[in-house]
Amino acid sequence: MRVVLAEDSVLLREGLVWVLGAAGIKVVASVGDADGLLRAVDEHRPDLVITDVRMPPGHSDEGLRAALVLRRQYPGLPIVVLSQYVEERYATQLLSTETSGIGYLLKDRVADVTDFIAAVRRVAEGGTALDPEVVAQLLIRRHSDPLDRLTRREYEVLALIAEGRSNLGIAEALSISESAVGKHINNIFAKLGLPNTESDHRRVLAVLRFLKIS
Amino acid sequence: MSDARLIASPWERMRGHWSAATWLRTIHVMTGVPIALFAAATLVGLALASIVFIWTVVVPVAALALTVWLLPWLTRLQRARFAAFLDVEIPPVPAPEATRHPWRWLSSRVRADSTWRQLTYHLLSPLLSLVGFVAVILAWAACLVAAWFSVETWVSGDERQSVPLLVITLGLLVTAPWLARGITDLDLLAARALLGPSRNDELARRVVTLEESRAEVIAAADAERRRIERDLHDGPQQRLVSLAMHLGMVRTTLTDLPDPAKRMIAQAHEEAKQALKELRDFVRGLHPAVLTDEGLDAALSGLAARSPFPVRLHVDVPERPAPAVEAVAFFVVSEALTNIAKHAEATSAEVMVWRDGDLLRVVVSDDGRGGADPERGTGLRGLTQRVGSVDGALFIESPKGGGTTITAELPCG
Repeated sequence: MRVVLAEDSVLLREGLVWVLGAAGIKVVASVGDADGLLRAVDEHRPDLVITDVRMPPGHSDEGLRAALVLRRQYPGLPIVVLSQYVEERYATQLLSTETSGIGYLLKDRVADVTDFIAAVRRVAEGGTALDPEVVAQLLIRRHSDPLDRLTRREYEVLALIAEGRSNLGIAEALSISESAVGKHINNIFAKLGLPNTESDHRRVLAVLRFLKIS
Repeated sequence: MSDARLIASPWERMRGHWSAATWLRTIHVMTGVPIALFAAATLVGLALASIVFIWTVVVPVAALALTVWLLPWLTRLQRARFAAFLDVEIPPVPAPEATRHPWRWLSSRVRADSTWRQLTYHLLSPLLSLVGFVAVILAWAACLVAAWFSVETWVSGDERQSVPLLVITLGLLVTAPWLARGITDLDLLAARALLGPSRNDELARRVVTLEESRAEVIAAADAERRRIERDLHDGPQQRLVSLAMHLGMVRTTLTDLPDPAKRMIAQAHEEAKQALKELRDFVRGLHPAVLTDEGLDAALSGLAARSPFPVRLHVDVPERPAPAVEAVAFFVVSEALTNIAKHAEATSAEVMVWRDGDLLRVVVSDDGRGGADPERGTGLRGLTQRVGSVDGALFIESPKGGGTTITAELPCG
């Protein structure tokens, strides 16, 4: 897998190159600002982009803007956005066009190397990786009405679906069987009035559309 | 030096008595007469003209306008006299609103209390300066006359008359400057009270300067918070992420280490992640970047999501308030949720923020045990101060066992 990396902290940039390299992911270009990112993607046509949000010159949300531009220019290009803080507002912007091949994670998650690499691979394959904090914020938004009808366990399962986990991933996270997960999901979709679908990222799409974008 | 001044010898005191300042005071009294007479004559003349020609209506109105127009010039003349001879600046009266509309111009000046105070001074000052003038001139003249006769009687050999006359001369030499000083002090008192700004004007001006300086202090504190947030983001936070990442790598790759070593690495890894989380929460409380970029709604949903208990959030603020108001609103919710987590034993909370005319209303309520006392603990007091810094008001309703509701009203007109 070939990756373009944008991160303005040299320390972190080199660390990420090392972590990704150890997992057999090749960083073909690493840059320190949003303009550099756009140029590098144009030049290298990578399989995946990893970008920081706050970068020079404005140190505001340059990386996010660049990610949105890339989404438009290269539909289907998987992008993982890393940030010191995750904000539901930014997640909504990222997910507003297409939810496949999108990751939005706290930088902290890089520390759990195995989970981070798994999330990167999931996004590269067209899946979704949303930080649990973003999911919590999205759920807060619509905490009223139909969500109140969910049981505590169903609520936990819904949060994990929104993060982009598969049924197996959810089963492992909650230490329950996969068939139990399937039952919970059917209940959730029935209570929320969502169509039941197979593909992982389409489930996320459905959930997110319901939570926020609908 | 200050000691030498404090313990002045009687001679030095006497010398000060006849210094240049004394002569300037005397001149001040002298010049007061023509200026005061001119001013009073003009004003009285205008008043008489309007009484005599009251039936024309035009003349009184014109006289009134002329009076109102002349007053500041007469006052300026008097202020110049105080500045020139006494070295005293009488602060100028704040000008009533400037307007081109003649009728509004006249009425605003007639209604201004400063107009009537100036008029009082200009009508009073001929009396004061004439009395002063006569007294000071008489004192100096008597002094000269007494001196003259003292010398004459001395020359003609009549010492029994000469000595008392000499005593009178010396006495008058001391008294005349005192008199001049007394008169000028009285004049100064009247001028300060009637020509300067009134206590209300003074207070109004002070309120304006205080408001300005407070706004500057708040802006500076806000900027400082942002700077700290940026510095922490660019420095320690990146370094901690890097540290945690390296420890994470070590933990996953070095699997053949002895168990104690593995345990210690795992613990270091967890500590680093925890430090990262605590630093992130702290920095976010300072001034979240999303508040600047996206406003209250976005920033508050982040806060609500991180609470250890469920929080319902309703934000309805179509138009973004000033950054200082947004920062205070964010701080109110952040502090309130922290307080609830620490003390309230609540199972859920609700945050509502909406625009109500010129007010931004922020309401945070919980279903906890209530009994919150603003007098105890610094949290609620800090909240009140921060809300007060933008002229807002904070209300706390916390009956025992009945939950707590904190309402902040922040003006944002």
